[in-house]
Amino acid sequence: MPHNRPISPHLQIYTLPLTGVISISHRLTGVFLAIGLAGFVFMLAQVKYGMLTYLQMQTVLHTLPIQVFLSGFIYALMFHLCHGIRHLIWDAGHSFSRETLRRYALMELFASLVLTIFSLAVLL
Amino acid sequence: MKAMQHWKLQRLTAILLIPLSYWLVAFLQHCLNANYFETSAWLNEPVNKIGLIVWILVVCYHAALGLQVVLEDYVSHQGKQVVAIWLSNAFFALLGLSSIVLLFQG
Repeated sequence: MPHNRPISPHLQIYTLPLTGVISISHRLTGVFLAIGLAGFVFMLAQVKYGMLTYLQMQTVLHTLPIQVFLSGFIYALMFHLCHGIRHLIWDAGHSFSRETLRRYALMELFASLVLTIFSLAVLL
Repeated sequence: MKAMQHWKLQRLTAILLIPLSYWLVAFLQHCLNANYFETSAWLNEPVNKIGLIVWILVVCYHAALGLQVVLEDYVSHQGKQVVAIWLSNAFFALLGLSSIVLLFQG
């Protein structure tokens, strides 16, 4: 086997294009959101156990670290949603050209930011 | 599971989750801002109870399908990969099941 075969880019020295950064972020946010589902079940249990646990949970939810975490969670959700819709458009066979790739990438980043700000305004 | 079926179900659950995610945000909104009685009443309204049940089932399935792909890509050892996917599936099945049990209480 010759040793001069082409190899895949070394990620430590290869600068990913914007679309590549978004692609891996989709995966990372997906894993993060999936783990976050455990948090939902925990919160649901606190509501169902009664008023005392509910009040304790609400106190914790209003602390700064949790609010920062929640904001990150909502951004991850909105980002995953926007890029997910992008994937559905690709699956339908549209927008593979080089110009639309970058334009759509910027659009989905902008849309996820707007959705996050809107949601946080309602939530926090 | 056949690859094509996996692909289709991943997309189907993704489409369903676009509207269904409303219930997650609404749940968080109540937990953050409403008092105990308001949140309990909201949870007991049939439309919200059913909405959350459908959401948690679909999202757990979507998450399990997604995690499976991630594990297939990054766990190269065949035996470990099978175990990891099994554990991941069990984890999301447990989350979905416990949510439904909790939602049907009181």
